[in-house]
Amino acid sequence: MTENRPVLVSMRGLTKRFGETLAVDDVSLDIRQNEFFALLGPSGCGKTTLLRSLAGFEYPDGGTITMTGDQGDIDLLALAPERRPVNLMFQSYALFPHMSVERNIAYGLQREGLPKDEIRQRVAEVLETVGLSGKSKARPASLSGGQRQRVALARAIVKRPRLLLLDEPLSALDRKVRAEMQLELKRLQHEVGITFVVVTHDQEEAMSMADRIAVMSAGRVEQVDSPVDLYQRPATVFVADFIGSSNSFVGVRAAGGVDVPGLGLLPGHPVGETSSPQAVLVVRPEDLRLVDDASGLITGTVIETQFYGGRSTIAVEVAGHPGPLTLSCQGTADVMRGTTVHLAWAADRGVVLAPQGGR
Amino acid sequence: MTSTQTAPGRGAARRRALGARAVFAGPGLLYLTAFMTIPLLIVLSYAFLTRGRFGGVKLELTLSNFSKALDSTYLSILGNSVLIAGITTVLALALGYPTAYAITRLPSRWRTVALVLVVLPFWSNFLIRTYAWIVLLNSEGPVNSVLVNLGIVGAPLDLLYNRGAVVVGLLYAYLPLMILPVYAAIERVDPQLQEAARNLGAGKIRAFLDVTLPLTLPGAMIGAIFVFVPSMGNFVVPELLGGGKTVMVGNLIRDQFLEARNWPFGAVLALSVMIFLVVLFAIQAAIGRRINGGARA
Ligand SMILES: Nc1ncnc2c1ncn2[C@@H]1O[C@H](COP(=O)(O)OP(=O)(O)OP(=O)(O)O)[C@@H](O)[C@H]1O
Ligand SMILES: [Mg+2]
Repeated sequence: MTENRPVLVSMRGLTKRFGETLAVDDVSLDIRQNEFFALLGPSGCGKTTLLRSLAGFEYPDGGTITMTGDQGDIDLLALAPERRPVNLMFQSYALFPHMSVERNIAYGLQREGLPKDEIRQRVAEVLETVGLSGKSKARPASLSGGQRQRVALARAIVKRPRLLLLDEPLSALDRKVRAEMQLELKRLQHEVGITFVVVTHDQEEAMSMADRIAVMSAGRVEQVDSPVDLYQRPATVFVADFIGSSNSFVGVRAAGGVDVPGLGLLPGHPVGETSSPQAVLVVRPEDLRLVDDASGLITGTVIETQFYGGRSTIAVEVAGHPGPLTLSCQGTADVMRGTTVHLAWAADRGVVLAPQGGR
Repeated sequence: MTSTQTAPGRGAARRRALGARAVFAGPGLLYLTAFMTIPLLIVLSYAFLTRGRFGGVKLELTLSNFSKALDSTYLSILGNSVLIAGITTVLALALGYPTAYAITRLPSRWRTVALVLVVLPFWSNFLIRTYAWIVLLNSEGPVNSVLVNLGIVGAPLDLLYNRGAVVVGLLYAYLPLMILPVYAAIERVDPQLQEAARNLGAGKIRAFLDVTLPLTLPGAMIGAIFVFVPSMGNFVVPELLGGGKTVMVGNLIRDQFLEARNWPFGAVLALSVMIFLVVLFAIQAAIGRRINGGARA
């Protein structure tokens, strides 16, 4: 969907070290124009550091950041933070405590030297957007966490930068407001034509909002893909584990799948190129099916079923396999605990990956 | 039923909390009451009494002490004191703020070292330190000999026994009292606020003026009061470095009690200084409240 859009920001070999910690480790990423790009990863994997490098508050130890401008390419690293066409919404909001909500939001526009009337109008509009029109004169200290977050968001989007960086923009909001704000962000993106890079560790949020997602782990980018590809074709075991849930089998690479000790040849197709003979086969719970004896790949015993309303999961214990397998199906699960079942999946639903760490 | 039980329970809890507070605050409050309020009341009452012949007071009410204070001689001394203390405070702010700012930018290990260095002079006697300035500034002192030997001036300058020398002495004495509160204030400002300002398009200096400076103003005001108040009341520095030519209200008050033996008039002078300072405090508090928007930041 966004494949053919031109690249807006291009990072190459970005590295940032804090003493012993490699916060960002050789990251190369392209952010395309007008796309909604999500950075997803566990706490401490370097998401904030990456955003701060883009905004100019961390100076990377190595690598380049280039932005495509109207008049040729801009070397972002050569620009002071205030000169970058980039706005950052801070993870801790960083609202000015001595200014009212209104003045906080107007601050960036005043720095641009815009006429007073325009500033007033744009501030009023954005306050309307984030639903804080009644709070324009309030000081940040008198707002709730969610309200502060919305002021921080308003302060960043009111500038209409080319690149908007949001560090966990919705984490303090309750579910309902959060869903509204997600829609609002998407609407803004379409209307104003801003490119968004959003940090989150909520994978559902990333999946539902982003055009593309970069999954990070320990400073490295594990995979960059559309939400669907990320889910269906994880490139690494880390991504497979981190995005959704999955069943994995450890074994040796073989023609047409993975040879798993005790279970035999299990079907799957390799993703990417690897040379290591060790391999991990990953199958999503909804790709596992209950079948009759003859076509079964694996035989096991049902140890538990759970009903989630519209969807059920079945936990199956398999001799020789560590931990139960999870199978999910529509409706209710028509099997009793203790039943012996046979499981299968289509070969194109099994993904063969290199084991964690090996590439 | 539950409510009838909890209401007195809650009252008891509140009483216990009050009791605990009294225990903690008690000794300090008692000390302040005994050694601050009582002398203050004595001074206040003396102001309305008549001077005794050999010091002390006679129990005759009068307002003449107040009218005497309005004499131009005394008003000009008060004005002179305000001027000297004011100049000292402004200089302390001009020197102390950048110093405090620089200290906050040091790596944390060096920050502690720098703060210790700032308060180091307090470890030696105030009189000795002030005498040291006489040695430094006199016509054969090191400052003058350096200036003369470098050919910057032809003859030694009169650095001692004038207003400038008093300001130098006071500044030296009270500069740490400016640096410490300002340092604490700058330290408390979240560095991300400065970053946010720059992200929104402000240059380094602009971000400092718009964010750090207003947020540290209350700290600077506290520093200003810490410097101004003791500068006003100091009588050692004007006497030693001012050579008795530069009289400040502190000298005047001391003289009324110890030499002129006019206690009631000394009391009036002391009270007027105090009222002046209370007004200053009120202004400071009002400005501080405005900056914090009435909320605890
Ligand atoms: N200023 C700093 N000094 C030292 N180490 C730092 C600094 N900033 C970040 N780090 C380290 O760099 C790593 C990445 O931090 P970062 O804040 O980028 O993580 P994150 O992905 O944003 O995490 P979270 O989801 O918790 O916000 C962490 O190990 C962190 O401890
Ligand atoms: Mg973070």
